[in-house]
Amino acid sequence: MDLHELTVHQMSNLIKNRKLGVRELTKATIDRIKKVDKEIGSYITIVEEKAIKRAEIIQEKIDKKIAKFPLSGIPMALKDNICTEGIKTTCASKMLDNFVPPYNATVYNKLFLEDTVLMGKLNMDEFAMGSSTENSFYKPCKNPWNLEKVAGGSSGGSAASVSAGLAAFSLGTDTGGSVRQPASLCGVVGMKPTYGLVSRYGLVALAPSLDQIGSITKDVTDCALVLNAIQGHDERDSTSLNIGYTDYTRALINDIKGMVVGIPKEYISGRVNPEVKKAVLDAAKVLTELGAECEEFSLPITEYAILAYYIISSAEASSNLARYDGIKYGHRAKEYKDLSDLYRKSRSEGFGREVKRRIMLGTYALSSGYYDRYYKKALKVRTLVKDNFTKAFDKYDVIIGPTSPTTANKIGEQKDLLKMYSGDVYTAAANIAGLPGLSIPCGTDKDNLPIGLQLIGKPLAESTLLRVAYTFEQNTDFHKNRARI
Amino acid sequence: MKVTKDTIEHVANLARLNFTDKEKEELILDMEKIISYVDKLDELETSYVEATQHVIQLKNVFREDKVEDYFKREKILKNAPEKKDGCFKVPKIVE
Repeated sequence: MDLHELTVHQMSNLIKNRKLGVRELTKATIDRIKKVDKEIGSYITIVEEKAIKRAEIIQEKIDKKIAKFPLSGIPMALKDNICTEGIKTTCASKMLDNFVPPYNATVYNKLFLEDTVLMGKLNMDEFAMGSSTENSFYKPCKNPWNLEKVAGGSSGGSAASVSAGLAAFSLGTDTGGSVRQPASLCGVVGMKPTYGLVSRYGLVALAPSLDQIGSITKDVTDCALVLNAIQGHDERDSTSLNIGYTDYTRALINDIKGMVVGIPKEYISGRVNPEVKKAVLDAAKVLTELGAECEEFSLPITEYAILAYYIISSAEASSNLARYDGIKYGHRAKEYKDLSDLYRKSRSEGFGREVKRRIMLGTYALSSGYYDRYYKKALKVRTLVKDNFTKAFDKYDVIIGPTSPTTANKIGEQKDLLKMYSGDVYTAAANIAGLPGLSIPCGTDKDNLPIGLQLIGKPLAESTLLRVAYTFEQNTDFHKNRARI
Repeated sequence: MKVTKDTIEHVANLARLNFTDKEKEELILDMEKIISYVDKLDELETSYVEATQHVIQLKNVFREDKVEDYFKREKILKNAPEKKDGCFKVPKIVE
């Protein structure tokens, strides 16, 4: 097997046993990025020199036996909305094209302390608004399984880079499905943890009550290793939970006998593609054969959750993005009459079309006369979504369904705004209710494009999700499929 | 729900955004589409439902009020589009 096809735990064993040098691994990863990323477009910034220097420092630590395993020397990359001191963090927007953060996000500090090697910053939909990474100011990110298809989004670069072996793992962010959906479309594992499990300090906010940082990895074991590293309370994020440390590798148990699994009827009817539906139902059969009890049930709130999601996320985004005024950082228009003109021109030039559309929608939903009708209504529906899931989890240990209603679309093909928005129909509810969600590969369609199985759990049930996913993985071969590029 | 050019201009003003006439036309169509999509929420009876602002029951988080090192001024100003004498430079606001 080629180096770039190895999982984090496989690389880690080789590094630990001195069969693989960190410099060699870093150099090989950079060479591969240079060779194939021209076609894929998963990176916005590559930090070649910094990575090589860092690799040498880590190798020294390993030689002195003071390195931190299992992540020591592992090449990884971050979505470009996670702040990195001294390294450009653009959010794939013209607005932040020249922004170099003066500080690190907590997740990056944590991964740094685990001795990982940062390779660069990853492509995304501008300010994480979109589901295809076509809304990047720089370039669309393509799917490593088929370069004519989208990688999904908004963490498209995070999913494509891991899928193509351009990073052993990556971090993305998930506000309505933005880690799980691209992971599904690129055939890798994407975890959105419970709201508050991972610090958001240093994440450029889209919708703070929904945003959560999550991992993209090649398999479930890697997912547990990364979650071990990034979890934890942070006094700089007052919404981060102070609940102590969990070792998620202890959840990697190949046994699900007696578990009760619910499949919402609404997730396997209507707009779902027949091949996706079949793959999900086949996965349920596998779980049943392994001793779980699977049954269908109705979750009627599904189609409303996505509507509430668009109102809440746009409203929060419009308020958040008010900070981009051309004064303290970010794009400033060259010519302006007065302060108001400076604000307007800088914002209108700096933001792309989708970002402006969502700011307009959010401002509308929050404006006098419409606040109760849209924003407040959406917050009430949020309560109903939460209650619906709480009730479902009285009965089920885990809920499964498709991650995305379809496999990857052709680039430029999806022009219908509402179809584009409804791509998040199965994922957004987990953000609305703050639940953990995990996407794992469960098959391919007739064009050999990956299909993802989504698992949703109750708050802080990451271990349950990992256990079910691990059991599925150990008894199937889907995770061994790699994009051929 | 009908979205008019006046509505678009009002909301654009609140959001401090400029649009060309062509962009306004497109926005009217997009906003009408999105708003009629979310109007489906009216099907749900919510008059007795409490709003959820946040999934976690947030309480105020207090900390010791003590002086700590913070960013150096130059570091913060590094990203400023225009600066002068250690300050952000902005157009004249008061005549």
